[in-house]
Amino acid sequence: MTTLDPASTDQSPTTGRGAARRGTGTRATRLVGIGAIVSLAWLIAFGLGFSPADRDQKESVRILYVHVPTIWLAYLAFIVTAVSSAMYLFTKKKSLGWDRAAGASAEIGVTFVAVTLAVGAMWGRLTWGVFWQWDARLTTTALLFVTYVGYLAVRRLGGSHHQRAKRSAVLGMIAVVEIPLVHFSVRMWRSLHQEATVANLDGDTKMDGLMLFSLFVGVIAFTFLYVWLMLHRTRSMALEDLLEERGLDHALMERRAESAENPTTQYSTIQNSTIGRDA
Amino acid sequence: MEDAGFILGSYALTFGAVALFAWRSIRSGKRLAEQVPDEDKYWV
Amino acid sequence: MSTWALARLIAAKDLRVERRSKIVTNQVLPFAGITMVSFAFVLDKQNVIDTVAPGLIWLATMFSLLILVQRSFGIETDDGALDAMRVAGVDAGAIFLGKALALAVQLLVLEVMLFVAAIIFYGESIQSGRAVLAFFNEPTDVNGVEVVLTGLTSPGQSPIFATVLLVTTMISATCGLAAVGTLYGGLAAGFKGSETLLPLLTIPAVAPVLIGATKAVESAVGTSGAAVSEGWQWVSLLAVFAVAAGVGGALAFGPLIDD
Repeated sequence: MTTLDPASTDQSPTTGRGAARRGTGTRATRLVGIGAIVSLAWLIAFGLGFSPADRDQKESVRILYVHVPTIWLAYLAFIVTAVSSAMYLFTKKKSLGWDRAAGASAEIGVTFVAVTLAVGAMWGRLTWGVFWQWDARLTTTALLFVTYVGYLAVRRLGGSHHQRAKRSAVLGMIAVVEIPLVHFSVRMWRSLHQEATVANLDGDTKMDGLMLFSLFVGVIAFTFLYVWLMLHRTRSMALEDLLEERGLDHALMERRAESAENPTTQYSTIQNSTIGRDA
Repeated sequence: MEDAGFILGSYALTFGAVALFAWRSIRSGKRLAEQVPDEDKYWV
Repeated sequence: MSTWALARLIAAKDLRVERRSKIVTNQVLPFAGITMVSFAFVLDKQNVIDTVAPGLIWLATMFSLLILVQRSFGIETDDGALDAMRVAGVDAGAIFLGKALALAVQLLVLEVMLFVAAIIFYGESIQSGRAVLAFFNEPTDVNGVEVVLTGLTSPGQSPIFATVLLVTTMISATCGLAAVGTLYGGLAAGFKGSETLLPLLTIPAVAPVLIGATKAVESAVGTSGAAVSEGWQWVSLLAVFAVAAGVGGALAFGPLIDD
């Protein structure tokens, strides 16, 4: 990430060095943020307080009120990544905004899956007695996590922004097909040669009204969080991209200015060339 | 509440991870925003 | 020129390069072999190796795949050959199919070698291996053959069916592996960090092949009492995967290598 100081020659009051620049926050993010905080408070109240303990799982069911929303939001995030990837690839304009949305959504998705796996391990310890099992769901989720970590790594491979966008867009769409295929294979693997397991694999309990409501609140809260994070992250990425582009232009300008001041006989033609001027 | 450690720990882990992501995002956003004039920001 | 003709040309080119450089025969095959040996060190107990031998073959194949893909795209990016092909107007789908085909051929050779190595090194455990060898060794005494066969295989399991299952498994698994490898190889080719990125991308993507191929081979050799008939559903999985990866790869390859 290049840093750049365009204000050094700019004296106007709104963009000069002295003025504070607006960050990535806007009224929209403030509203969504408030929604997130309110619903999170609600979730804590219901999840940890008002909702009853489960008959079989006892208090550990409370973990599900955060565990289930995080994985659902992760799925949503990866679907958004796939859709944004498709929009980038198949629209004529090829707007990088789609690419940034895909990337930001994937980052949030990966975070959520990691949290899901960690919290799920804690729930598993309480309910099943083990942190991990190689059942269909856990195995697929672990592979899902690694797949999208790979997606994020591909985004960092380098090259121009459009190269990055194209590569990740293709991968984003492949991943969405890959995951069901993996899930199906893993289900076959686990169902046909069922080994004796330590605990009951069917962890879904029949939830009563208040529990279901707490879960619902959890989903609302995390959806607000997702939207909020998306807004901030995509704007941040737009700034990064802008600075990278500007940084290259700036460096080229400086180089030309240098050679204009000190023309060396061989290279003085560089200042008159148009190489890179359209970058 | 029995198993309070695991349960509260799960909530703390979840919110903590999200908060960490949020904090890093906002912080880098602020830093980058300082260097870019406002007219180039599409959300302003 | 039709896509198929182009693909065959490109595959022939890759295989010719290999024939002249012998990198795969001199480096990758020994690597696969030494991987099999390492498994034996680590796993130690014969009954453990007996149970996991089919899986080990495919693990060694997968690791070798990563190296083969690096090599396959290394020869292209070294001299900008991939770009040159595109500039010459070669259809990206043809490049994909051609490279995948060459990769598949090399993989198949590797798998056969690995399977033979498994028979030798993990030896007594692979029952149908012995039955297959017996089948080809033509024992003089017909009763002896029957004793060998019925003693080793479960009732109704003829080595011919097991061998057919084995061959079909190898072919369909190989096609899937080659397609995914070529796709991700093309995606990462020529960029910094691509060598380490390729395994990370490829391994989760080929998980269905690992699962299916291992189970199918287990059925073919009768590990843990698996019957040959059980193997065919896994072959179906492998076939579906191979088709999906092949078609998806051919479609996706274009945007990936276009700059």
